[in-house]
Amino acid sequence: MTAIIAESPIVPLSASAEPEPVTRETLRHRLLKSRRNSARATGESRVAQTTLIALALVFLGFFVLLPLIAVFSEALKQGLGMFLSAVTNPDAFAAIRLTLIIAAISVPLNMVFGVAASWAITKFRFPGKSVLITLIDLPFSVSPVVSGLIFVLLFGAHGYFGAWLQAHDVKIIFAVPGIVLATVFITFPFVARELIPLMMEQGKDDEEAAISLGANGWQTFWHVTLPNIRWGLLYGVLLCNARAMGEFGAVSVVSGHIRGLTNTMPLHVEILYNEYDFVGAFAVASLLALLALVTLVAKSVLEWRFDLKTGASH
Amino acid sequence: MIRLNGITKRFGDYPALHSIDLEIREGEFIALLGPSGSGKTTLLRIIAGLEFQDSGQVLIGDQDVSGHPVADRGVGFVFQHYALFRHMTVAENVAFGLNVRKRRDRPSKAVIKARAEELLGLVQLEGLGNRLPAQLSGGQRQRVALARALAIEPKLLLLDEPFGALDAKVRKDLRRWLRDLHKQMGLTSIFVTHDQEEALELADRVVVMDHGGIEQVGTPEEVYMQPATPFVARFVGESNRLQSGGGEIHVRPHDLEIVDAGGETVLVDNVFRKGGVWRVEGTLGTPGGRVIEIDLEASKTPPHLGETIRIQPRRSTTFTTTGTTNGA
Repeated sequence: MTAIIAESPIVPLSASAEPEPVTRETLRHRLLKSRRNSARATGESRVAQTTLIALALVFLGFFVLLPLIAVFSEALKQGLGMFLSAVTNPDAFAAIRLTLIIAAISVPLNMVFGVAASWAITKFRFPGKSVLITLIDLPFSVSPVVSGLIFVLLFGAHGYFGAWLQAHDVKIIFAVPGIVLATVFITFPFVARELIPLMMEQGKDDEEAAISLGANGWQTFWHVTLPNIRWGLLYGVLLCNARAMGEFGAVSVVSGHIRGLTNTMPLHVEILYNEYDFVGAFAVASLLALLALVTLVAKSVLEWRFDLKTGASH
Repeated sequence: MIRLNGITKRFGDYPALHSIDLEIREGEFIALLGPSGSGKTTLLRIIAGLEFQDSGQVLIGDQDVSGHPVADRGVGFVFQHYALFRHMTVAENVAFGLNVRKRRDRPSKAVIKARAEELLGLVQLEGLGNRLPAQLSGGQRQRVALARALAIEPKLLLLDEPFGALDAKVRKDLRRWLRDLHKQMGLTSIFVTHDQEEALELADRVVVMDHGGIEQVGTPEEVYMQPATPFVARFVGESNRLQSGGGEIHVRPHDLEIVDAGGETVLVDNVFRKGGVWRVEGTLGTPGGRVIEIDLEASKTPPHLGETIRIQPRRSTTFTTTGTTNGA
């Protein structure tokens, strides 16, 4: 065991020869310096700067902040009591429960799928790789209504597998499985799209180092790959979750809108609104808006941590 | 002993290596030297088992390991960009290879800890075990990577451009340090470099590669003084190329002397001090006017700009289609 240990001290490396290690402090300092320089270099006039900033703020206020405030104020218009009773109404409660169940199934599925796809795309060479990359983006480019119709076409009563499913008494369309399928389809790009660029940038060196040190595939994934991608993964999962809970179009097509059974929160909001139950509609909508706000905060926190991590490792 | 028999590798249509034969003795320090695209890194990765040859054999000791994965070859691999696990401390990085062993082969926690400390001492990073890689300098990170590779007690150490990402001063220190470490440990080691100076300074033998083939294998002295091919003469050290009859004459800048009569005429267009010598640059008087570089002893008076001088080689290597001659 001691065979490789030096008998006598090796020529010492002079400490002064090493460049100063890059700490967070020096990084921050460099960043600030570069920011100051770039401001000077581009040098728009003060008027232009102010106008642009004001324009952005007004736009943001009108299109984002105002609607958000409206949702909450409408929900609470007739007092907290009405709000609470609208949210705890059995149908609303069922919708919330279903939305949580759908998210609880589709998010983990897409997490596994996203990691597997990103791993395959970034670590291996195989034919059909570019097709896979394109396919991952498909749900983003297809209208959600079409996504929903695909499943009706496949599993609906007159669909390809409809007769077989009916014969075996399996209900997919107008039932929870259909909603899960549509949601999984709609949300599957989120995790993969977050991870692919990240894993591409990180390359294969770390994994190769791990296997050269004797780690097996699972150990390499668990101890090396996963920690390297954890922030990106969490970020992707967060976005995936927000969409899974908020998806309307595709889910609307396959759900059948059965109150208390196949209504998710967004569908429930629509039904209430169409019935002129504004307080009820906005109460449930405010929960969805709240989810969006929480996601946003979590996302900002992650981005902040994420930047710090990658920044510090360079 | 490592033996490579007829290693061939293609990437798609691109022939990365063709029919490489090489024998490396126990305890040797070998440099794979070549420009980018010469196949040196691919060859190193094939020896490691991180890449697999299309045909040919890799023998480590007496064992044919051609199909073995990297984990079964007993090699330590050091990556150009260190590939340290950024979320683990330095000590955890070094201990990784021991921690991932199967339970029955795994030393106890205390032994692993002691071993990691011992290795950190070897690479002169005592007391930095609790740092994260991001908190170390480049040279320190490279030494952590080395300690990590040594932790699994490899029979063979492979280093891919080990100094490539470091600045000049650190490079030089680390180079000398690595040579001393190799002397003390006697571990058979192969490193890849595109820097001929690095290869000549460190290696017992240099393998000069170009376009997926081996151009020459020899001691630093041999590849410098008796280059086997025009490529080696050009790539290892500086050399002036002169056309002559059916061949090419290569002359090192320090093998040219200024004479009063005879030789070739050169029009001097630049003179500057290059370390311990005068570097004289000029164009040859013959038609086509090739650029010529001459090194003169610092004690001599250099020629003036625009002056026409006469030069003559003291020593040269001639490459013809029929063979190579070294002459004085």
